[in-house]
Amino acid sequence: MARTHVTCTINGDETEFLCEQDETLLNALRDDVGLTGVKEGCGTGDCGACSVLLNNRLTCACLVFAPEADGATIVTVEGLASAEALHPVQQTFLEGAALQCGVCTPGFLVAAKALLDHNPDPTETEVRYALAGNLCRCTGYDKIVRAVLDAAADMRSDGALTAD
Amino acid sequence: MEYLSPTTVEEASELLAARPDAEVFAGATDVIPQLRAGRAEPGALVDLKGIERLVSVSADDAGWTIGAATPTADLTGNAQLSAEFPGLVEAAGLIGSDQIQNRSSLGGNLCNASPAADSVPAMVVNDMRAVVAGPDGTRTIPVVDVTTGPGSTSLGPGEFVVEFQLDHRPARTGDAYLRLIPRTEMDIAVVGAGARLSFDEAGVCTSAAVALGAVAPTVVRVSDAESALVGTAASDILGNGDAMAAVAAAATAACNPIDDKRGTVAYRRQVAGVLARRAVTAATERALATNGAATDGAAANGVS
Repeated sequence: MARTHVTCTINGDETEFLCEQDETLLNALRDDVGLTGVKEGCGTGDCGACSVLLNNRLTCACLVFAPEADGATIVTVEGLASAEALHPVQQTFLEGAALQCGVCTPGFLVAAKALLDHNPDPTETEVRYALAGNLCRCTGYDKIVRAVLDAAADMRSDGALTAD
Repeated sequence: MEYLSPTTVEEASELLAARPDAEVFAGATDVIPQLRAGRAEPGALVDLKGIERLVSVSADDAGWTIGAATPTADLTGNAQLSAEFPGLVEAAGLIGSDQIQNRSSLGGNLCNASPAADSVPAMVVNDMRAVVAGPDGTRTIPVVDVTTGPGSTSLGPGEFVVEFQLDHRPARTGDAYLRLIPRTEMDIAVVGAGARLSFDEAGVCTSAAVALGAVAPTVVRVSDAESALVGTAASDILGNGDAMAAVAAAATAACNPIDDKRGTVAYRRQVAGVLARRAVTAATERALATNGAATDGAAANGVS
């Protein structure tokens, strides 16, 4: 069968790729677009390593058919940092050593960004629930949760400075 | 396998009539894992999310219409629906992680036909109806009649659920859904229990619905629990009187569970009784908290 042509916006850039109709968005992002920051963990929506924002909604790319992305806006971990600086959550993961092997980290970063985008001042419990769909099998979750809370605090104080 | 994305119910029906090898899907949160696990690929998968009617929530004077493929995150994010039907919305919100919530839907949860589907007991106690489109037009059936066993439904070839209808809550009515899992998130119900109760001005129960999930091949209505509750005073229910002992016994008796890694038959029976009682208590507390105010249908108009 002919490959399907998909046009979408990925990390702010209009992007085109060809995919099989039964291919997942995860495979398309990694193999057809080359965004290997999107990780494959379980492939069944349990681990969150492939978390992306699809039309501004946190989604497991492994549970999306690639043709569904036609016309969509997608943000992957590669789109979090600006040219000048890491995203605050990337910075606090770095400072707090909130990772060991790092395979789950892109998914955690995208999920954390999704949380902070709509809840700039989450409680620890809210962070833990928001990250329940992301599994880490080496760091343990405490450092990750602390990094997200630190990033939230940094973003609030940066916002306050900007507002002044 | 072909990916097809119709934009109207009619177009989807025509596609399905022309392609007997096609199946519908909504959020794909069950379909993709099943395909990975070796389920035979259909010739085509028809994505229902491109049909606006299937991904919308609205209310009028009569009640709510919830598109079958609407992400459950849109239900938990709907303040008016959450206020009127907290049990239904909590049940829908228990399906998976935030990532899953952005894809999972009532239609998918129902038609995947897992006995443990969290939203189904809550839909059943709220008397929700499914509007089903098919080759012969549309028909409306009670949600409780959709599933016939694990993985199987009463829908015919080419049929799919378009939307759900939900009447506004009468005065002094509350609903609740509780499930038992060994952790706090990201698990499948060992037992689920939904309840909805209405009371008269004197605080006597006038109607009751109790339904269990994960304890039988399909959702189970516990009619003996319901008849024990009707005519009982709210104070007796909240005081765990005789009627509540009858609710627990009836729920335990209504179970037809299996042993699996999540729980044994004996454990599920026991827990079903406990959860049914707690769900009835929660629904009663909510009904009393409404202070007799029926939902203002007009105020809910135009919500989307």
